[in-house]
Amino acid sequence: MTITTSVPQKSISKTVAGKTITMTPEQADAFGRELDALKERVITDLGERDATYIRRIIKAQRALEVGGRAMLFGGIFPPFWLAGTAMLGLSKILDNMEIGHNVMHGQYDWMGDPAISSRGFEWDTACPGDQWRHSHNYMHHTYTNIVGMDRDIGYGILRISEDQPWRPYFLGNPVYAFLLMVLFQYGVALHEMETERIRAGEISLADKREILEGIWRKTKRQTLKDYVAFPLLAGPFAPWVFTGNLTANLIRNVWSYMIIFCGHFPEDVQEFSIEETKAETRGMWYFRQVLGSANLTGGKLFHILSGNLSFQIEHHLFPDIPAHRHAEIATEVQDICRRYGVPYNSGPLPRQFATVVRKIVKLALPGR
Amino acid sequence: MQGIHMFTQTLTQRVLRSPLVDLLTGPHGADRYTELVDRTWTVAEARAKVIAVLRPTPRSVTLTLEPNQAFTGFRAGQHINLTLEIDGRRRTRPYSPASAEGARYMELTIGRHDGGMVSTYLYNHARVGMVVGLDSVGGDFTLPTPRPLRILFVSGGSGITPVMSMLRTLRTEGFTGEIALVHYARAAEEACYRNELNAMPGVRVLHGYTRSTAGSDLDGRFGPEHLAAAMTDSDAVYVCGPPALVEAVREHCPGARSESFVPPTLPLPTESSGGRIRFTNSGVEIVDDGDPLLAQAEAAGLRPESGCRMGICHSCTRRKTSGVVKNLTTGVVSSTEEEDVQICVSVPVGDVDLAL
Repeated sequence: MTITTSVPQKSISKTVAGKTITMTPEQADAFGRELDALKERVITDLGERDATYIRRIIKAQRALEVGGRAMLFGGIFPPFWLAGTAMLGLSKILDNMEIGHNVMHGQYDWMGDPAISSRGFEWDTACPGDQWRHSHNYMHHTYTNIVGMDRDIGYGILRISEDQPWRPYFLGNPVYAFLLMVLFQYGVALHEMETERIRAGEISLADKREILEGIWRKTKRQTLKDYVAFPLLAGPFAPWVFTGNLTANLIRNVWSYMIIFCGHFPEDVQEFSIEETKAETRGMWYFRQVLGSANLTGGKLFHILSGNLSFQIEHHLFPDIPAHRHAEIATEVQDICRRYGVPYNSGPLPRQFATVVRKIVKLALPGR
Repeated sequence: MQGIHMFTQTLTQRVLRSPLVDLLTGPHGADRYTELVDRTWTVAEARAKVIAVLRPTPRSVTLTLEPNQAFTGFRAGQHINLTLEIDGRRRTRPYSPASAEGARYMELTIGRHDGGMVSTYLYNHARVGMVVGLDSVGGDFTLPTPRPLRILFVSGGSGITPVMSMLRTLRTEGFTGEIALVHYARAAEEACYRNELNAMPGVRVLHGYTRSTAGSDLDGRFGPEHLAAAMTDSDAVYVCGPPALVEAVREHCPGARSESFVPPTLPLPTESSGGRIRFTNSGVEIVDDGDPLLAQAEAAGLRPESGCRMGICHSCTRRKTSGVVKNLTTGVVSSTEEEDVQICVSVPVGDVDLAL
């Protein structure tokens, strides 16, 4: 695909871990061509194997959910409560991450199955799928890490980049971050409200009426299901079902928050200015996706539970190829990056998350 | 027993469709759980299990299907969209059942044609236990009520299937009128249902074999002498087969009801197609200028939802209802069937209908 423009692409230089990285337009074109070829190879290979993979994950998720909810009905016995809560938590993690997030990216659209198509899928969380598709698939994935355009930089609540000007409000940065973690599903649900723009007076609440109604419709059903209907069905055991569901949602919130925050906020991940990305070519877009993302290392189960977002770099390069393929092409992507001198940020969860926490605390205070 | 069985089935349906179950199984819905136990356990989607597979001729496969409760039936002569997955991709093709209207099991006889992906797949891989989707029952190639007294059927190749359904239905009803059938096949061993037809009481059957003529009752292709040999002054004529056969019959019997099976042809992708693009929801029709469909829709004054405009976010995905398009980023060509396409990076290859 050619992007026609009157302004030519300029070279871009970034300092990563004290080292200066430069990408010229010519290098970027060659870099892009290699990545395009890699993507094409995966796409022509899609088939039965990918269909079987996602259906197995779906089967596991539904079994964990039904099993977990059944166990919680006997939650008066602590082992049942613990097992039920853990199973339901795992089910919600699978539903939201390896299934929901990835299906809504259109990773399985080529299958033509309406039950797992990007347009039709709805997930087990407060955020309505259609709003997510706009804020995440389009805004975040197109304008990744462009300060002022990618609302995932701090979600309109946090100061997560030095390029966001400090205000006294940000003294509460660690507190907001903690609250967002605990209430993550509602934070995600409210994302499309663009509350920071409402506060700044750029838009009014009335402009967001439809969005708010959508959030309310979805959140209402989710709340009724987990906190009213299932507990009532359990009769005298309602309290155990209620607390089990609450804890399962909390487990999912904390886990997905940690994985997602490790995608773009660890140390050395780069942000970009609107100026830098004017007239951006496809190759330079790929360059920005690599520099703006970070991977997590771990075992196969860890990757599945992270929705393969542990391969955040590959996910951002090719958001619409099935996520289990990201693991398979990671070595090749890493090799291409090495040959073009593009740093490939990767590390274990505890280390990456620690750098995120440090950043959140540090940026609560003014200065760079 | 039958009564109790019906009662529990109705009860199950009512429970599965209740608002409470919808809430409890939300946001996915009850079918997404029950189908994991048995793929035919769905209340919203009609599906069927293959319970027998026969290959009666060297070029056809006969499937006996047991439809689930969601299937609402068909009228003899109508066609049904059969959906199955081949290498992870859903494929849909219309077939006319050969079984009688209202029968518990549905029978499909599928002629394998060269280059036909679905028919070849079914011929090679259909097996007992396989589950297929059924939807979009349609077509007005059906018998009127009350039934005509003297009926002439003409069929060619796999065009025998809707005719078979009508014959079997008439038989179940105890039809007392007169029936004649002229059926054309390449050779005796390729004529489906030959034995059953010959044994069918009250039906005058004439076979025409066009390639290996051994055993043929008729000479060459359809003409007035075939008509005269089968039935003159019929009250109704039904013809189903290749377009040439349908045309030939209609020349002599202008009132004939007809249906034709045309295998899809795939035109080769070219640089600029010059085809017509129809945005079916908006009623707008334009001539292709070679740009991606999204750009052309916008140039035509439409405002479809869109996002990245580079083929990554899937905001602009729309259903292409007919025609061929090519994805510029992947080079993948979406052929003639219904498929969701990313309109920001897809260009038409010939005429295209888009649900937009």
